[in-house]
Amino acid sequence: MMTLGQRRALRLGLRLAAAIALTLLFMFPIYWLFMISFKTPDEIYAFPPKWYPGQLNFDNYAVLFKDGDATTVGNSLIVAFFSTALAMFLGSICAYSLARFQTGGQHLANWIVSQRMIPPIAVVFPIFLLYVWFGLVDTYIGVILLYTAFNLPYVIWMMRGYILDVPQALEESALVDGCTRWQVIWKVVLPMCRAGLVATSIFTFVFAWNDFIFALVLTRTEVATYTVQITHYFGGQSNFWAKISAMSVLGTLPIFVVTAFMQRYFVRGISLGAVKG
Amino acid sequence: MADLRITALHKYYGSMHAVRGVDLEIPAGEFTVLVGPSGCGKSTLLRTIAGLEDADQGTIEIGGAVVNHLPPRNRDIAMVFQNYALYPFMKVFDNIAFGLRSRNTPKDEIEPKVKRAAQMLAIDHLLDRYPRELSGGQLQRVAIGRAVVRSARLYLFDEPLSNLDAQLRDEMRSEIKRLHQELGKTMIYVTHDQVEAMTMADRIVLLRDGKIEQAGAPLDLFERPASRYVAGFLGSPAMNFIDVQVVAAGDGLALRLGDGNLLALPPARRVNLAERRDQAVVLGVRPEHIGRAAQGEMRAGLARYGAVIELLQPTGSRTYATFNLGATRAVAELQAHDVSAPGQKIELAIDMNRVILIDPATNKVL
Repeated sequence: MMTLGQRRALRLGLRLAAAIALTLLFMFPIYWLFMISFKTPDEIYAFPPKWYPGQLNFDNYAVLFKDGDATTVGNSLIVAFFSTALAMFLGSICAYSLARFQTGGQHLANWIVSQRMIPPIAVVFPIFLLYVWFGLVDTYIGVILLYTAFNLPYVIWMMRGYILDVPQALEESALVDGCTRWQVIWKVVLPMCRAGLVATSIFTFVFAWNDFIFALVLTRTEVATYTVQITHYFGGQSNFWAKISAMSVLGTLPIFVVTAFMQRYFVRGISLGAVKG
Repeated sequence: MADLRITALHKYYGSMHAVRGVDLEIPAGEFTVLVGPSGCGKSTLLRTIAGLEDADQGTIEIGGAVVNHLPPRNRDIAMVFQNYALYPFMKVFDNIAFGLRSRNTPKDEIEPKVKRAAQMLAIDHLLDRYPRELSGGQLQRVAIGRAVVRSARLYLFDEPLSNLDAQLRDEMRSEIKRLHQELGKTMIYVTHDQVEAMTMADRIVLLRDGKIEQAGAPLDLFERPASRYVAGFLGSPAMNFIDVQVVAAGDGLALRLGDGNLLALPPARRVNLAERRDQAVVLGVRPEHIGRAAQGEMRAGLARYGAVIELLQPTGSRTYATFNLGATRAVAELQAHDVSAPGQKIELAIDMNRVILIDPATNKVL
């Protein structure tokens, strides 16, 4: 017979083993992606497969930077950053209006979020024709505007929920204490929603970062994003696995950085909200 | 000069008429309590004064100027909210300093002002903490500190003590009253608690269904209520109301109870009652005006009544005794050892000089 302590230890061990197995399963493709990006062409096609490169080889990256392909990651950063900032700003003030002034009655908020459910492919070609007319194809502004428009319903919906959770007395107190409505939003409502702001902007950023279909149709060479660039490496005769993997790593790193950096605020924001006065 | 003058004020929420024609004038430096049951419009009235709600009709003047169209920040008011309304992401110091900073107070004036307000409220050791680290009583002190740190013309309190336990409530009550004496500012205080109203107010404004039922000094309202409603609202335990009939007795008047017993009226109480002879009125008598009759005492104005005690509620120094007066259940406030057990027969004396008589048709005091 096992003692209670032994049984507890066994259960803990099993749980740990399961967690490690799952982590390995999910991490493996990412590990493989990173490894390919450091391999020489011979190593990539070697059979049996080589689990790690003979030496860290940055040639695959050097090529991307030399040919200027890496600028597409910069393009992705620019459009994702500015469209997120714009969508967060416009979305938050729209959400405030919906939450506090019941703008548009009860159902406007539901209607707005339904706009998010439109499949991108259904609207991308009409928008392409429109953009040709306005000369917005293959421009930063064009892509940023589209991402902003596509993310707005989500931001409005999410932020409306967070704002509704802010006790109205806090705002009234600030109004009495000398704030204008705008100051109330800036000094009280947004700080109260910090966790929500961070979470929502991460999702908004990731959408813009990962988007492929809009960027494929609306960009050519000037502002092509990295997702579009990767497709150029799939050829009729052969696939450039070295470039594909190196570019994928470049595209993955910023998301890692953003999430890791924001997580600090994320956790703090949540714990702040959990024990509010 | 009046610090606040309200004229014919009306406020609607959709089809609900929350404030129905309130006229009110509050002199500078006075502590006024707006009191009434929930839904009587007292909070709405306060919020309309603050500018958090728009007045639908009527005018509000603060310091002689009409403020109907002004946003709250321009009304020269400070307000304490029921749920403290402290910013959880700011330390106590910044919470108190918030109003000063919003009004662009010079930086070097902020710290001494915050410290002085904190000292006044005995929270100067908490300035570095976050609201989540404070107890309910401390939170309320910070909330008050945030209001008094600014020198406003009007200070508004919206049920600030209703979230505190009984002991803290007593403590904060005297704290706020002391603050009022120290600052000498005009304060308007909303509560549903008649004890708070009685103990704190220079003047009570008793509201009912969006209208002022009666306004005046606490003891005036208590001793000379204008209506059955006011008489019943103030005082704990509440006043007893008994249906009686005015009858002739000897050369004077008396009140006949439902069980046929007579309570003689002293001469002073007979004025204006002659024409009510043989009519029904409502007798209002406070529990503290019913006592145990002393042996052989026949003081003028005392009416004797033999009662069987049904229920006893000792409170320590006093005991509340329930019995039947006429056909109605009534409460007497007796000395602790006047009665020993329910079922006991006892001779009670009702002080007829202190009772009120109410017209059952209008519910106004005669």
